[in-house]
Amino acid sequence: MSPRIEDSAAEGMRPLRVAMAQIAPRLGDLQSNLALHLEQIECARQQRADLVIFPELSLTGYFLRDMVPDLAISPDGPEIRQLVQAAGPMSLLLGFVEESPRHRFHNAALYAEGGRVVHVHRKVYLPTYGLFDEQRYFASGERFLAFDTARFGRIGILICEDFWHLSAAAIMQAEEVDLLVCPSNSPARGVDGPKIRTAETYEQLSKTFAQLLGAVVIVVNRVGFEDGLCFWGGSMAVGPDGHTIAQAPMLDPSLTIAAFDPAELRRQRMISPLARDERLLVTIEELNRIRRRRYE
Amino acid sequence: MSKELAESYLTINAELVTEILCRFIHTEIRRAGFERAVLGLSGGIDSSVVAYLCARALGPQNVLAVTIPYKTSSEATRRDSQAVVDQLGVQTIDVPITAQIDAYFAHVGQPTRLRMANKCARERMTVLYDQSAAFQGLVAGTSNKSELLLGYGTQFGDMASAINPIGDLYKTQLYRLAAYLGVPEQILTKHPTGDLWIGQTDEGELGFSYADVDRLMVLMVDRRWRRAELLRAGFEPDFVDRVATMIRRNHYKRRMPVIAKLSQRTMDRDFRYARDWGT
Repeated sequence: MSPRIEDSAAEGMRPLRVAMAQIAPRLGDLQSNLALHLEQIECARQQRADLVIFPELSLTGYFLRDMVPDLAISPDGPEIRQLVQAAGPMSLLLGFVEESPRHRFHNAALYAEGGRVVHVHRKVYLPTYGLFDEQRYFASGERFLAFDTARFGRIGILICEDFWHLSAAAIMQAEEVDLLVCPSNSPARGVDGPKIRTAETYEQLSKTFAQLLGAVVIVVNRVGFEDGLCFWGGSMAVGPDGHTIAQAPMLDPSLTIAAFDPAELRRQRMISPLARDERLLVTIEELNRIRRRRYE
Repeated sequence: MSKELAESYLTINAELVTEILCRFIHTEIRRAGFERAVLGLSGGIDSSVVAYLCARALGPQNVLAVTIPYKTSSEATRRDSQAVVDQLGVQTIDVPITAQIDAYFAHVGQPTRLRMANKCARERMTVLYDQSAAFQGLVAGTSNKSELLLGYGTQFGDMASAINPIGDLYKTQLYRLAAYLGVPEQILTKHPTGDLWIGQTDEGELGFSYADVDRLMVLMVDRRWRRAELLRAGFEPDFVDRVATMIRRNHYKRRMPVIAKLSQRTMDRDFRYARDWGT
């Protein structure tokens, strides 16, 4: 725990504890992944976590292809209910395949607190290039909505590829989030440097977005292999000043706690009020002008 | 300039690569329900690296290195394989294939050099898969990215395996990894050879060096440079065209046999599941 947090404790504010559940789900085995989630929820509870975050598609694994419809569930279904109940007073964020009432399948993440699902984010940017083929199997989401929570202020969720789109981060800034969460399934590519290249980029994005948004950014990435793809883990929490609060190990499973003082948001927003100074209406006008030029 | 650029694209962090590949071996073997690996050890750089990785990932007692000599196999092959086995403490078995190869060709008539090389490679494959069942271990592949791209290997022979930890590493990169892993010096410095016939070397047979072709392929394949860009960078047109043709012509070796589509769902076309399905 950093001195910053001890200070805040002295002021009577309790640091928030987030458990980053860096797991290796079994590919296409919902039951075994449910058991893994229950196990991790119990560990997080023992660690006195206020929130436990799982990676993208944590209930199913990533390279699902034709399995997608077989694994799709509803956020109101028995599987999610069981996990939300198990979490008890702890908040929960996990990844799953959502089947909509119109039978569209989404790569989705949900946030639950107080015994109910508060928000579902459907991944907007479904990568379909190189090794990825998500668009073939999933319908894309159409909204970047932040939502209010009991303990964490306003939260925004960007799933993996969403996080690589500047516009998505800008919308989250306009949404005035306090905590930006990115559950991911990022495969390792680029092994020429001291770190895996994709891991390095995630770190840069996290630090940049944390500072630009004046928010805590938490990336929870999975580990393990699927058909030769190596998911690199290295889950991280970055404070609004761009400093790393906690980092999980590379390549191996772990439940890593990130403890942070919510008062740090206030301090950092005084020092660097970038989000406050955004000219949202200017941005909208400019985007409208560009829309006219490019689409009309 | 492009030479330096190509070299930079071929750079690997050997420690990081080892960390990833050992976990790959461990995970993929266990998810298939095994704990052990079997590999054909030739005393060359590729199979030696795979032996070192498997020994690290699984423990030497869980690795079976099979030496599979034919009567023309060189003394260096035997000696260098032994050095790897001695250093790692892996299990080993020697299975000569001279009797069955010679019996076959006594029956069908003497082959060309290429047929003999392919026959030996496929015989070695059947030995490895039989030892795989006997040892209860998966066959670890030893084909590198240079060979796989150029098609410089025997389909269903040395290209056959259950898992391949080194298939995305060019030959040049394997040398760096081998040095990091502590592969014996004499293996690092000898000319790459399939030991296909007496005095055969890969580079003599291919007509270019791995250093040159890896630089070309990393730009052409990984970085997707166009022909004109490669020529501008100083690569000879004949060399570029020859390599491009080899990569294209041998693509069939890297694929499963093509299936005539008749139904709604056909294997690998619209019946799509990961190999690691359910594990």
